[in-house]
Amino acid sequence: MAAVMPAPAASRHLLSGNEAVARAVWEAGVKVAAAYPGTPSTEMLEEIATYPDLYAEWSVNEKVSLEVAIGAAYAGSRAFCCMKHVGMNVASDALMTLTLTGVSGGLVIAIADDVGLSSSQNEQDSRYWGRFAHVPVFEPADSQEAYAMTLDAFALSEQFQVPVILRMTTRINHVKSIVTVGERVPHTGAGFRKDPARYVMVPGNAGKRIPLMFQRDRDLRALAETSPLNFIEPGSDRRVGFITSGPAYMHVKEAFPNAPVLKLGFSCPAPFEKCRELAALVDQVVVVEEVEPLLETELKAQGIAVIGKDILPLQGELSPAVLRPAIARLLGEVLPESEATAALQLFPRPPTMCVACPHLGVYYTLSQVRNLNISGDIGCYTLGAGHPWQAMDTCVSMGASMGIALGMDKGRGESDKDKRVVAVIGDSTFLHMGMQGLLDMVYNKGNVTVLLLDNRAVGMTGGQDNPGNGRDIHGDEAPRIDFAKLVSALGVKDERIHVVNPYELPVLFKTIREEVKVPDVSVIITDQPCVLIKDYHKLKPYAVDEDKCTGCGNCIDVGCPAIHVTRRGKEVKASGREVDLAFVRIESSVCTGCGLCLQPCAPKAIEHYVPSAPIQFVKGGCLA
Amino acid sequence: MSATTNILVVGIGGQGVMTATEILAEAAIALGHDAKKTEVAGMAQRGGVVSSHLRFGERVLSPQITPGSADVLLGFESAEAMRWQHMLKKGGITLMNTARLVPPVVELGLFDYPDDPLAEIRKTGNKVVAFDATTIAQELGDIRLGNTVMLGAIADHLPFGAEVLLDCVLKRFARKGEKLVELNRRAFEAGRAAVGAAEAALA
Repeated sequence: MAAVMPAPAASRHLLSGNEAVARAVWEAGVKVAAAYPGTPSTEMLEEIATYPDLYAEWSVNEKVSLEVAIGAAYAGSRAFCCMKHVGMNVASDALMTLTLTGVSGGLVIAIADDVGLSSSQNEQDSRYWGRFAHVPVFEPADSQEAYAMTLDAFALSEQFQVPVILRMTTRINHVKSIVTVGERVPHTGAGFRKDPARYVMVPGNAGKRIPLMFQRDRDLRALAETSPLNFIEPGSDRRVGFITSGPAYMHVKEAFPNAPVLKLGFSCPAPFEKCRELAALVDQVVVVEEVEPLLETELKAQGIAVIGKDILPLQGELSPAVLRPAIARLLGEVLPESEATAALQLFPRPPTMCVACPHLGVYYTLSQVRNLNISGDIGCYTLGAGHPWQAMDTCVSMGASMGIALGMDKGRGESDKDKRVVAVIGDSTFLHMGMQGLLDMVYNKGNVTVLLLDNRAVGMTGGQDNPGNGRDIHGDEAPRIDFAKLVSALGVKDERIHVVNPYELPVLFKTIREEVKVPDVSVIITDQPCVLIKDYHKLKPYAVDEDKCTGCGNCIDVGCPAIHVTRRGKEVKASGREVDLAFVRIESSVCTGCGLCLQPCAPKAIEHYVPSAPIQFVKGGCLA
Repeated sequence: MSATTNILVVGIGGQGVMTATEILAEAAIALGHDAKKTEVAGMAQRGGVVSSHLRFGERVLSPQITPGSADVLLGFESAEAMRWQHMLKKGGITLMNTARLVPPVVELGLFDYPDDPLAEIRKTGNKVVAFDATTIAQELGDIRLGNTVMLGAIADHLPFGAEVLLDCVLKRFARKGEKLVELNRRAFEAGRAAVGAAEAALA
């Protein structure tokens, strides 16, 4: 929503939490903003990059992005960094020492927790980083608060020379609500002041910083007790009071409009006295927090009687629909019957690869090769674990396909002695955290075939640019990494490096078949772009000649969503075996002519589509 | 309608569900309402399920619509309209496109697509109006007008006049020239008329 940029102060806008934070980052006079894309955090930096007068970059991973932000904050400028929850696992090495040096210019780190796992490999509670790293945590409850707390966080960061974590969740990042924006206040950096005792964290220096960190904890807790971000709404129904934060606050207010509520916006260090104050008002206190019983545990340790995860779920999002029955049970009440009819049973509709996606050829081929153990990675190509390919056996963390493949090779049991180990990783994931694993594999003489799927984009998060496609965050030209040279420099033998067009199935098949037999590290790079980015060019669509289709169904195994079954049948083979037949058509309005499906077509029934009227391409799906 | 209006827009990643909901939200805001819009859209661009929640009124707290409390369900695809019936309140209405978008898991023979989603919805007792937005768009000369047809379809089921929504739709196309504005105006009216005719037939 670039249109926000010139918006005058005090005007109201429908903004997502991500857009609201971006606006505040710009208004706060931030000079440097860095991130690696990750749902649900991605749009923060995408949006920031549309504002003038600041530097924004896609970093290669979250650790580097945080380090770039730290450098800018050391230099006295305001800096911002954002990531999804798992990104902080990567960046935390920097965070855990950053807390000792502190910052000069304000530094705010927005962490987006994917509560409910809409697009992540796990569900983590980033509020723990505040406790672990001894840094304050702010938790907005909607877009307006995300905007305002970002501005407050910069002020607090400079007041205490401490990085501040803005903990968001999908229901903040991606929810659009009304925000009143303000004006930009330019911020002049103080410049870098050399101070080795503070910035060079060797044991002698670091040891002296630790007591300062603990003192800061105490000071911040005292401030949290009086902060306007933490407030009690006394309510009228004193049977149950709630202590809550983030989007859970909205659910509590919706479900129990008359209940006393302590809302924590400045939630770490937690204001224990404020919590006691609420407890004194009510018969029972329920802590409503997503995800872990973090505050609940702290309050219990403080001797404050609270109820929490004993009646509320430990996993997934909270909502009024979750809270109402739990509290009714606590009070021994019976809820009025819901007006909802029972949910109707229906097929699932999991995400699919796109029509003509270059990964289709890779997974179709892998599904046709026997005796493989395939360690996978994180990106669109994780979908290769699903139907029809089922050609990915593990998915853990960014870049993990490399180390896990080597471990599978070195740790293979007797039953796997004839299995070949394959690793599949995308271009951006490889640059994020895969390179080191490949180096380790080469150095330790592994026997792994690596498929490096270079589609020139961070596909799953929306096709962001990266060092592999030669464009920076603004789409301007940037140095482009040569993957073949890179893996060669990491020690892969040149004869073991192949660059293959993934739409040429026979070549891909032959290359994989040959390389898995070689007891060495091989890297097969596929080089065709994501179909959703501008590098992709559509070709003439195909259609099925229904007279020629024999119903063999080979094309369906490619997994392209443009292929649809028109009728099914059965045939008894000469051997007496009964086989299922599926006759198909291609939805020509979405086919972009990649030609993958016609390669396994036995009767050669797929030909170029001859339209009777000009073709209208439809983005996304097939309209049938 | 209750103090807060709950509208659920459902379909498949890539159909424009989220944009349609955003335009509905803009219309609500233009009238001075508070509004919140949220999705469950894991990997929406990849053909997965998308359900977009819009709540507006004097003050909106939780962004999520509680099951059994949606006033209107706008379905961009027939099976998806069926999937979310439990979200409707008693007396709520489904406005659905009859388009059938069959996913790969069905083509692979792993699951069945219901023969008649409209009949399945009727069996629940919920009120439902069906129309063929895709064909309407095609007849107007551009399949991409489908989203505007869908917005036209809901226009007479909102607690405000259709012209407010139409204004918000057309604003989106203003920069793209008068021809496109006119086409979208026709698509919007065609959607309205289709629902009107289908409702008259049911009455």
